[in-house]
Amino acid sequence: MTKEERRNIRTGLAFISPWIIGFFAFCVYPLVSSVYFSLCDYSVLSSAVFIGMHNYTDLAADEVFWTALGNTFFFCAAAIPLGLVVALALAILLNFDIRGRGIYRTIFFLPSLVPMVCLAVLWQWLLNGEVGLVNNLLNPLLGFMNNLFGTQWVAPNWLAEARWAKWGLIFTVIWGVGNAVVIFLAGLQDVPRHLYESAEIDGAGFWHKTLHITLPILSPVIYFNLVMGLIGSFQVFAVPYVLTGGGDGPQRSLLFLATYLYQNAFDFWNMGYACAIGVVLFVIILACTLLLRAFAEKHIYYAGK
Amino acid sequence: MSCAPRINQLSNNELFWLRFCFSIFILLIPLLVGCGSDSHAERERQGRVVLKYWDKWNGFEAEAMRGVVEDFNKSQDRIWVDFNSVSQIDRRLMLATAGGVPPDIAGVWGYSVPVYAENNALMPLDELAREKGIRAGDYIPAYWTLCNHVGHLWGLPSTPTTIALVYNKKLFREAGLDPDRPPQTIAELEEYNAKLTRRGADGRIERIGFLPEEPGWWNALWGYWWGADLVDGSKITARAPENTAAYEWLQTYPDRFGADKLVSFRDGFGNFASPQNPFFTGRVAMVLQGVWIFNFIKNYAPSDFEWGVAPFPSSGSGARDAVTLAECDMLVIPSGAKHPREAFEFIAYVNSQPVMERLCRGQLKFSPLAVCSDEFLDSHPHPHIREFLALAKSPNAKGYPRTAIWTSYEADMRNAVSRIWGGSATAGEALDDVQARQQKNLDRRIERWKRMEPALQKLWSKQ
Repeated sequence: MTKEERRNIRTGLAFISPWIIGFFAFCVYPLVSSVYFSLCDYSVLSSAVFIGMHNYTDLAADEVFWTALGNTFFFCAAAIPLGLVVALALAILLNFDIRGRGIYRTIFFLPSLVPMVCLAVLWQWLLNGEVGLVNNLLNPLLGFMNNLFGTQWVAPNWLAEARWAKWGLIFTVIWGVGNAVVIFLAGLQDVPRHLYESAEIDGAGFWHKTLHITLPILSPVIYFNLVMGLIGSFQVFAVPYVLTGGGDGPQRSLLFLATYLYQNAFDFWNMGYACAIGVVLFVIILACTLLLRAFAEKHIYYAGK
Repeated sequence: MSCAPRINQLSNNELFWLRFCFSIFILLIPLLVGCGSDSHAERERQGRVVLKYWDKWNGFEAEAMRGVVEDFNKSQDRIWVDFNSVSQIDRRLMLATAGGVPPDIAGVWGYSVPVYAENNALMPLDELAREKGIRAGDYIPAYWTLCNHVGHLWGLPSTPTTIALVYNKKLFREAGLDPDRPPQTIAELEEYNAKLTRRGADGRIERIGFLPEEPGWWNALWGYWWGADLVDGSKITARAPENTAAYEWLQTYPDRFGADKLVSFRDGFGNFASPQNPFFTGRVAMVLQGVWIFNFIKNYAPSDFEWGVAPFPSSGSGARDAVTLAECDMLVIPSGAKHPREAFEFIAYVNSQPVMERLCRGQLKFSPLAVCSDEFLDSHPHPHIREFLALAKSPNAKGYPRTAIWTSYEADMRNAVSRIWGGSATAGEALDDVQARQQKNLDRRIERWKRMEPALQKLWSKQ
């Protein structure tokens, strides 16, 4: 290494040092210490006492933890694919060359600028079973269907019924899908026009072009949104917390891993137990991301390779 | 990457502006940091011990306390109390104490005393109280009990509350009931309930006499009116017969009214602190509420709203008369606070009779002290202050269970009620689950406490 190279490295390190220091102080240190505290009986105020795997064996026997885990998986399994499909469909529609395209794009992006807490407060009322707008739209529709088929469908009390609460949350979250739409839109600009043109010459219609050109070329972007969605969905906390007014929903239907972690850390004074939940959550997200990566190696098209 | 500009390619002009902006930014930092100081207050403080005081109140309740703090600061020239409204005080206090920078005085909820004390978050006040001559006899017994845990005194009350049946007199008259004779027993409550409830043609509930879920803030405590306790020493008694009976009563609600109908009815309610509060709009005729309800009636109920207050009816009579939850806000000194002696000076000041009466009148509550002046009661703006005060003095007034696992226990009880209302469990099944889970939880907590107690007691006796 020459003297100049060494100097460049030093300067470079100096410039990124705020980030490096922050990374170690606010990411690495908490991560390592929470792994340690997950092996302790720890309530923040009194010093931690090492108890080995006790917190983890307790977790395994804790049915509320399993409820939270089940709810989290259900939410991810429903919200991630739905979110992706909706975002992708919107992006493809917003990519059509129509008048006022910019306005439509703005409209669909706007909700993602709303802070999550406001979004949740807003949807608390939209989803209200009696006076909510969602049911005001649904009721005439269901009435029409009931007349037609002789059924007895009624609109649910979204957030007050255990079996509907999670769907209410999923709608709320999908409303803020604008960020993913923007990323998809950016990806769509990268699809080479000449591919479409040659496909058109071969007689391909809209569906064929979407299926065989757009989606494969977009696959790295889909993958990116999928990973981000996965991480975000496993950590879902703020929106259900506000939707339920700081609780966990009817019959714990909106109790997620992050909610249970928060309750244990700050309501029940079981910081050690909360750390164990955090570690489990970390392992789950890590495993899912690695699985996705292994899958991506085979199925994702990178122009460079 | 040939088109990307390199730093040494910046023109002199660009460099100038970069440096200029950066210097402005650096110069602004001390200005921004320095903004908080108030020169007037600074002068007042000179030579005084400055105490940080955090309390959870805001609005008119904070104003009442602020007035007391100002008077205290004027009354002497040694101590200066800085009052701050802090939201989520229990969490902030825990983190600040753990971080070694607690306030000198904190106003917490009475039920958090056991968990704070057992985690060594508070300073015992026994010695300081003795020096000031503050004794058990100075307080209404229910509140003094709340101040003590594991053999030590941890705080002194600021403002207290009790809860009672609050009912709409006009609806009573409409239903042919005597507005001056509220129900005395649960059986009578249900008779009244049937008379007050009104259904529409399609079976929808339009008005209900009484709905335990409105507002449902004490869903863990219904057993109190059946003579139940939730903890008995080292035993959880969620599934004890008295407590089970209370939740079997609760279960009759979805059975009688229909779970879906109740959910729909409740979904139509407005916010508590609004004119759409179902009690103020006449959709619910009787509620279980605390002394603060007067403030909300004053602000949100229609001007011709007529209301009465009575002890919430019990399942039996005689020994179970006048059952209530008696809780209070508590002034404590976190461990690690730098000026405990001065902090207690302020706490003792708040607990002197004239100051306490001023604070409680300002917050529209009664006084937790055993003695209060006639003038206080006569001139009190709250029209039912005597009823709430009488409840506090009842032998059946008690606080939340005095255990460090209470928040977790309560969460489980709330979930049990949610399951009973949703029809996914019977009272017995739901309580069985709570019993098993919380017994395990309590066992573990007792084990931890046994491990920690000797060292802590030694430390506390030294303080």
